Amino acid sequence: MPETLAPRRRPRAGRVLLHVVVVLGALVMFFPFLWALITSVSPGSGLSTTPSLVPQNPSLGAYVELFGRLPFLRVTLNSLGLALGATVAQLFTASTAAYAFSRLEFRGRGVLFAVYLATMMIPLQVLIVPLFVEMKMLGLIDTYLGALLPTLSSAFGVFLLRQAVNQVPRELDEAATIDGAGHLRIFSRIVLPNIRPALATLAVFAFMSSWNSFLWPLIILRSTELQTLPVALQSLQGQYTTQWDVVMAGSVVSILPMLAIYVFAQQYVIQGVATSGIK
Amino acid sequence: MTATSETTSPTARTVAAIAPRDTLRRRRGRTTTLWALAFLLPSAVPLILFTLVPMAGAGWISLHEWNLIGDMEWVGLANYADLLTDPATRAAFGHTLYYLAGYLPLVFVGGLFLALALNTALRGRSLLRGVYFLPVVTSWIVVALVWRWLLNPSIGVVNWTLALVGIDGPGWWTDPAWSMPSIILASAWKDLGFVMVILLAGLQSIPVELVEAARVDGAGWWRRLVSVVLPLLSPSTFFVLVISLINGFQVFDQVYAMTGGGPNGSSDVVVLRIHSLAFRYGEAGDASALSWLLFVVVLAITLVQVRGQRRWVTYA
Repeated sequence: MPETLAPRRRPRAGRVLLHVVVVLGALVMFFPFLWALITSVSPGSGLSTTPSLVPQNPSLGAYVELFGRLPFLRVTLNSLGLALGATVAQLFTASTAAYAFSRLEFRGRGVLFAVYLATMMIPLQVLIVPLFVEMKMLGLIDTYLGALLPTLSSAFGVFLLRQAVNQVPRELDEAATIDGAGHLRIFSRIVLPNIRPALATLAVFAFMSSWNSFLWPLIILRSTELQTLPVALQSLQGQYTTQWDVVMAGSVVSILPMLAIYVFAQQYVIQGVATSGIK
Repeated sequence: MTATSETTSPTARTVAAIAPRDTLRRRRGRTTTLWALAFLLPSAVPLILFTLVPMAGAGWISLHEWNLIGDMEWVGLANYADLLTDPATRAAFGHTLYYLAGYLPLVFVGGLFLALALNTALRGRSLLRGVYFLPVVTSWIVVALVWRWLLNPSIGVVNWTLALVGIDGPGWWTDPAWSMPSIILASAWKDLGFVMVILLAGLQSIPVELVEAARVDGAGWWRRLVSVVLPLLSPSTFFVLVISLINGFQVFDQVYAMTGGGPNGSSDVVVLRIHSLAFRYGEAGDASALSWLLFVVVLAITLVQVRGQRRWVTYA
């Protein structure tokens, strides 16, 4: 690791202070998660006026209530299904596009790639009204398909995977071509196995953005049993104005899958963000 | 499509068989184009249908008076003219700018500090980085709900802690003067790790020799930071600024869940306004016009940044 600002000659006291500040900051950053967890197992949190780090009469009642009163399991499965669908679709659409942009020389390639990148700048928020109208014409309001369709392809994914395909040595393709392999074979046998880390990064991102997305599911899915987790959580807040333990239990349930993925795939997530920042 | 019939027609094949090399090459070029088409189709179809078509659709709707159900009535540019004089829309742009003005310095200065700190040989560095990044993978709705609870004016833990040191905490999201600061605080908490990771990656790509050379020349820590590190970090800084501005103008989820734009419209932002115009007031034309207006503003700012980058961004 290059130590760009290596404090080799910096006084020790300064380093200790820096360490303390960064660790304290991390504790502050982590506290909201901890507090949500504590609240979720402390019944009657909405009534007590003196917060306590140690739950009084800890109980899982809030979780029982959550899954009992709302179709919460169904809602969680909805989110899971949509997120997995988006992930699989994006891995396919982005990897094929990346192959075309990196390996196939065709006229207008540069312009087309620029168009792809430009769509990254068009926020979904700008598109909600016409997209809603489009889905209405297709009869897809309040259907899983309507929720899934706009998430099938992502320009960010194409960009990320193209960078990765560019780094696969072309000699490998050439050797395969001599052995008589066509584009389909080169793509599936040479390129895909060589960009596994980038595919993992994209998978995590696609899953995350679908799992966390709010605006589009809010608009397109109307019935309670089709709702996704963030939308259900938001409506939970209205129903249980003072029952913060139930609201926090819902939040904890919603964080857990992302947390699990994050713990196992941290390097891919962080690498993905980092790569997107490097020119 | 003409390319298809030509390459497969018998005449073309015969010609190719006896033709000089450049015809062969042209034929191979056409085959490649067909392959490119096949490989691009899976991604292009959704992009066209669900991004480009709606984009054009928004433009078309914006020229009409329409409640999403009845007949569309052509009004030309009237919706745009209305928006420019509409006080609620102006207020929404104002709140969005307020958000950016509070949020950008927080995540940028905080993120830069953390990136510099974590770029040194600090013990437990990757764990610390992981903790700071954790909010980034959390959904905005959860962030909003958790912060609503933390910032609860009467029984929230933040005001309780403030009371311990003798400060009478504000009403946060229940007070028109504090609703935007509440949203800014929660958003900065969520995005700090994102900025940190991008800047950290930028720092790690700076050649060590350059910083070493400055050290040998007797440059102190501050001098090295200002004269060597920050200029070399400028591509990453530029990226952070562009992305943050694009995202900042589109702020929605956390506002919707934390304040719903209130109290008294004190935190109504542009996208929230688009949403309520279309789905609450049935003004699809106005909503689409505002969508386009927002897009044009974001595009203009991005272009200005790209143009202006020559003045301060150094690509090593």
